[in-house]
Amino acid sequence: MQPSVNVVSLVSVGRHPQSDRSRRADQDARAVELGLKLAGKNLTLVHAGDPENPVLRQYAGMGLDAFTVLRQKSYSDVLPIIGNFLTENNAHVVLMGIRAESGESSGMLPYLLAEKLGWPLLSRVADILHVENGKADVLLALPRGQRRAVTVSLPFIATVDNAAKDARQSAYGPGIRASITVLDAEQTADNMAASWAISPAKPRAKRMKVVKAKNAADRFKAATAKPVGGGGNVLKQGTPAEKAQAIFDLLLEEKVIR
Amino acid sequence: MMFDWLTPTLIAVLLVLAGIGAVRRMNLWRAGQADKVDLIAGLMAMPKRYLHDLHHVVERDKYISRTHVATGGGFVLAMLLVVFVHLFGVDSKVLAWLLLAALVMMFYGAVFVFKRRLNPPSRLSKGPWMRLPKSLLTFSITFFVLTLPAAGVLPEGFGGGLLTVVLSFCILASLVEMLFGMTWGGPMKHAFAGALHLAFHRRPERFGGGRSTGLKAAVLGETSHGVAKPTDFKWNQLLGFDACVQCGRCEAVCPAFAAGQPLNPKKLIQDMVVGFAGGTDEKYAGSPYPNVEVGNAKGGPDQIITDGLIHPDTLWSCTTCRACVEECPMMIEHVDAIVDMRRFLTLEKGDTPNKGAQVLENIIATDNPNGFSPSSRTHWAADQNLNLMKDVQQADVLFWVSDGAFDMRSQRILRAFVKLLKAANVDVAILGDEELDSGDVARRLGDDATFQNLAKRNLAILSQYRFKTIVTTDPHAFHCLRNEYADFDSDLNALASVEVLHHTTFLNRLVQEGRLQLDTFKGGKVTYHDPCYLGRYNGEYDAPRELLASLGIDVAEMERSGYRSRCCGGGGGAPITDIPGERRIADMRMEDVVSTGAELVAVGCQQCTAMLEGVVEPRPVVKDIAEILAGQLIEEAH
Ligand code: SF4
Ligand code: SF4
Repeated sequence: MQPSVNVVSLVSVGRHPQSDRSRRADQDARAVELGLKLAGKNLTLVHAGDPENPVLRQYAGMGLDAFTVLRQKSYSDVLPIIGNFLTENNAHVVLMGIRAESGESSGMLPYLLAEKLGWPLLSRVADILHVENGKADVLLALPRGQRRAVTVSLPFIATVDNAAKDARQSAYGPGIRASITVLDAEQTADNMAASWAISPAKPRAKRMKVVKAKNAADRFKAATAKPVGGGGNVLKQGTPAEKAQAIFDLLLEEKVIR
Repeated sequence: MMFDWLTPTLIAVLLVLAGIGAVRRMNLWRAGQADKVDLIAGLMAMPKRYLHDLHHVVERDKYISRTHVATGGGFVLAMLLVVFVHLFGVDSKVLAWLLLAALVMMFYGAVFVFKRRLNPPSRLSKGPWMRLPKSLLTFSITFFVLTLPAAGVLPEGFGGGLLTVVLSFCILASLVEMLFGMTWGGPMKHAFAGALHLAFHRRPERFGGGRSTGLKAAVLGETSHGVAKPTDFKWNQLLGFDACVQCGRCEAVCPAFAAGQPLNPKKLIQDMVVGFAGGTDEKYAGSPYPNVEVGNAKGGPDQIITDGLIHPDTLWSCTTCRACVEECPMMIEHVDAIVDMRRFLTLEKGDTPNKGAQVLENIIATDNPNGFSPSSRTHWAADQNLNLMKDVQQADVLFWVSDGAFDMRSQRILRAFVKLLKAANVDVAILGDEELDSGDVARRLGDDATFQNLAKRNLAILSQYRFKTIVTTDPHAFHCLRNEYADFDSDLNALASVEVLHHTTFLNRLVQEGRLQLDTFKGGKVTYHDPCYLGRYNGEYDAPRELLASLGIDVAEMERSGYRSRCCGGGGGAPITDIPGERRIADMRMEDVVSTGAELVAVGCQQCTAMLEGVVEPRPVVKDIAEILAGQLIEEAH
């Protein structure tokens, strides 16, 4: 891939599901792994938050000599500064997890960023095959191990699915030696979020799944498969205009638009 | 005759060459890192260390120990006298006769060296080592003949031209081997490097019957961690590698080698020598790493070891069982070297194989290797009615539960032990959820940063409470607490006046004090497996056996027991890194058990229990000693 392509991985501070302790977030780490595959040591690793957080070193320990922190207080809206950073630094490929493991964890950041920048968003990427001539060949992850190949023009934002390659081990030495560039960006206080009272979520009771499988293969499928909606159509044939019409009809039918 | 000048000249020239070689060799060692050693005290202690400690190990093979005393002792004495009699020409019949006596002794020993080499066991290296007995014999015979005139047995200038030529050649050949070879890398190098290694050993505590098994702490926060290149070793570690006699005793006891995993401790040490001296391993004439061809390894003092000298799988095959260290007559420290190199792979390269990365990540995030919720650590004791230190603040005994708390099989051992403690009315408490992983696995996998972090946090918790004794059923935690935490305890002194005990030691005391009423065991033949971290690491061989004896059990010992016990395969993170071999170590150990005809194998370690129980049935039953005792407990009716 050409060195002129700027790959940025955005990372957050994760939270271990069992211990509640800060950690390298799983999906974000996969975003760094994918970034390393595309750009090697030229990958730009960016976090918006507290530069002192030791967890950031776990990302750097994956093989980066330096990373950038856009200094933010807690309860700040990171959208404006990340957006500015990406345009100022001429980012071409922006990778991040689908949702954060802590904080609001709404999964909205990639969408809001894409909207703000006017860039395409690819959600749930399994792999980026190559980036060439201003275009990228991307595999999207679908349920049951299916993949969809798409081509997208740069710049774009992608969220990285759990189907993407596992993050490599983080090495302690390089991690603690990595240099941090701290950028003191403007703060946009998120007063709404600051006023929320946050309490631990209770796991929702699971609906019992009655599996009427006759053989082991079916039971295995039922136990492992991601649920797929029953309805819907996969449109493989037809012109883009016909496909757009089909989507439009569906939205009308579902009363999303009137 | 020509010997008048030839003999002294040859001796002088070769002594000078040997001197030059010695300086060169020392410079190779000095390329290593600095280490604090008391040079003078070490040199003074060296003869005693040789005669007592080294010979204590050599003595396990009576044949070679007698042979070595005669050959080595004879040679050292003879060489000294040769210098006086033949180099300085001291004209003394007494000296000459003494020299003759020394040479006879050496000859006698050399004959036995020769005999051993007629049909050498596979563990011995061949190559130049096959030549050595001949050189020894040549040396002793040649100088014997040469000394006869000085002793007045033969007239000066005896013999004809032919004898002169033959003798000159023999002098040259034997001196090249014995003097030149000593410092230029021949088999005799072991005498030179070995003597200095004994003097400057990195663990002087091992001499005089002591024990020093805790790993040295890694310095954190430098530009690199662990050993990447040979020159990253301490200088006296390099010296230690050079002392190897290639006797292969380590190879013969190494469980990984026997299992066909790509590790041979003898070859590893030789590769270290190749590394710091530079070159390839093509001259190596011993057994290879199983299924790895010899001749392709290349190294240099400043080259990364795992780039071409040693495959990382070799390092990850080791179970850190210390059998090699225990068996090495030269007191070389294989495990230190292996973990040093693992540190580089884990801390710098982030390259811990198989489940290693996952386990380390779990330990970092949850303080236990399987990533369980830290708040579930005490679930096993829900029905045990145990005091928590947090509530009672002090107790006679702190029971260190270890990560066995999360494992259903190990929980049976824990419950059995608690039952015994209660029966003996011991004032005991546990840390509950405040306890963390001991750091054993992280440290053996090379992650000393995580180990040190856990050690410090555990010590901080321990320092809040008062207790006289810590008891644990896990020999690995036992080893960390007893031998490795002290390096991080200088500020808190959490363990300074605390006795750390393994549960077998503690239970043995209770039994001897008559605090446990036990029934005789009637269940058939029993054998006992010594866990490495209890036996070789901590020297506890007796308590488990005394406990079994207290049940009326006459232990049917395995051939490899006590300090020679064979590892179960569970140490050093080996089940995590899981390097493939031809056999499983646990299966081999179970074969040892089966060959005693025992129906039950007693162990003192949850990890050993897990490994041995993992062997497919039918096989003898595996039980921890605590479980066996709990089964024989006579409970008083209340
Ligand atoms: S390392 Fe020790 S036991 Fe092994 S071959 Fe060398 S001297 Fe013998
Ligand atoms: S410690 Fe055990 S497994 Fe490791 S090299 Fe020595 S004998 Fe082999």
